Amino acid sequence: MKTQQISIFLENAAGRLAEVTRVLKAGGVNLRAIMIADTADFGILRVIVDNPEKAIGILEKANFTTKTTDVLSVTISDKVGSLADVLALFETNGINIEYLYAALDKVGETAVVIFKVEDLARGLKVVEANGLSTPVKF
Amino acid sequence: MIWNPEHECMNTEALRSLQFARLKNLVERVYTNVPFYREKLDAMGVKPQDITCLEDIAKLPFTSKDDLRTTYPYGLLAVPQSEIVEIHMSSGTTGVPVVDAYTQRDIDDWSEGMARTLAGAGATRNDTVQNAYGYGLFTGGLGSHYGSRRVGATIIPISSGNTQKQLMCMRDFKTTILTCTPSYALFLSEAAKEMDIDPTKLGLRAGCFGAEPWSENMRKEIEKAWGIKAYDIYGLTEITGPGVSFECEGQYGMHMNEDLWFPEIIDPATGKTLPDGEKGELVITTLTKEGTPLIRYRTRDITFIIKEKCGCGRTTRRIHRLFGRTDDLLIIRGVNVFPSQIEHALIEIQGVDPNYLIVVDRSAQTHLDEAELHVEVNPAEFSDETKDMESLRNRIEGVMKSKLGINMKVKLVEPKSIQRSTGKAVRVIDKRQL
Repeated sequence: MKTQQISIFLENAAGRLAEVTRVLKAGGVNLRAIMIADTADFGILRVIVDNPEKAIGILEKANFTTKTTDVLSVTISDKVGSLADVLALFETNGINIEYLYAALDKVGETAVVIFKVEDLARGLKVVEANGLSTPVKF
Repeated sequence: MIWNPEHECMNTEALRSLQFARLKNLVERVYTNVPFYREKLDAMGVKPQDITCLEDIAKLPFTSKDDLRTTYPYGLLAVPQSEIVEIHMSSGTTGVPVVDAYTQRDIDDWSEGMARTLAGAGATRNDTVQNAYGYGLFTGGLGSHYGSRRVGATIIPISSGNTQKQLMCMRDFKTTILTCTPSYALFLSEAAKEMDIDPTKLGLRAGCFGAEPWSENMRKEIEKAWGIKAYDIYGLTEITGPGVSFECEGQYGMHMNEDLWFPEIIDPATGKTLPDGEKGELVITTLTKEGTPLIRYRTRDITFIIKEKCGCGRTTRRIHRLFGRTDDLLIIRGVNVFPSQIEHALIEIQGVDPNYLIVVDRSAQTHLDEAELHVEVNPAEFSDETKDMESLRNRIEGVMKSKLGINMKVKLVEPKSIQRSTGKAVRVIDKRQL
């Protein structure tokens, strides 16, 4: 399914990541999945939260630069080869992936994989046509 | 239009001999009447009779802004106080104010310089000059006022501020020439638009703008907003006020009224005089000033004297639009850099706010200067992709390299993270122990 991801620009300075989590905590926003793309000079923090709208408000109030991006979230089984199967499906259908990250939902049962794909509408179609569109509650 | 062809178009040789005669007289006057200068000259072993040609000016001591502060209020007076008819003062944001005390002749020379300035922008007695420089101790208001009176134009002495009345006067009295700071000119045009007045329809024809640094880009903006020609003018309280130099219709460089105020360019580090065409610190000697004459006053403004003759017919030399102040000059690996150059370069890059901080340090290993430029990311241009952000950073580094000639490491920082100050913004942190 389609999910709203929040990206936050982090300059390379001590305590910036801690500050993001601190303001989200203070605002009662729960982090559901998280990944950092880092370079030597700066980082881009990407998060999935339970309440994106609220999170954006809180972050902007704290002067963080944010951007929301629609990504695909797909629930897969927590077993060998699950991700390989989904990626094979994307490959066959020509869905280009820009990046992905994963979170375990229930250990031994399911995991959630977040895909940033080049063409979201087509990606969504492929996912739905192949029974991978189980709603994910963040 | 040339206000005073006799002096402004004088044959160069005649001008130099006039300058020399005036310089000689000046040195005699200050040696006799100003203990401060007599002591300085004595300490250097220079007597007035040692000045035998114009080039001998290099034998004379400099006068610094600090000298003006330590002699506050009347320490540099060269005439009895009864001869003084007016006092002006610089704003003195950084300490003790500096004073300019004028005799009637000084006011006349000032009016003359400013009349030439306004005429350079095409002013005649048929014009209506709206003078939105502040009146008071600041020289901008009264200097422009005296110049306009001398030209015989109709002057509206409205002073600065009161936007609605400014626009009302423009409309009702059909102002043709505006005199104010460049930023106020832009502000007024915006205010007009907000009030549904088309600034280009008000009939304004030209503006004389100065008293603060501005750029060629800003000139274009002002000219477009008002549909006028915007002229850069230069002056400083210490010397007289506005009217020291001004642009003609060529709008390239400002003609120095050098029969009154003699310019030199020096190397700010060594004090050595530089030839015309070379960039350095502008130094001015007030050739005819009576009240508070100054010898070789270091303006701290960086410019060069344009070698080429101007097409307008004036023979007075021009100084280039100012590059900055010696106080701001940063020398990074031997390359002169002014923070204002960085700002100009940043304005032209998409996706970047011109909020920046330069951190200069010297590497303990290589002993080379290293400059890091912190630039705030514009939230509207923030991309979720590291490659986009890296390409933005590379683009800024490329522009700095090509425009300033130095390698700067660019660090993208969060918006609003560079400290804003209410007064002068801190743009440079120099950690070098030089």
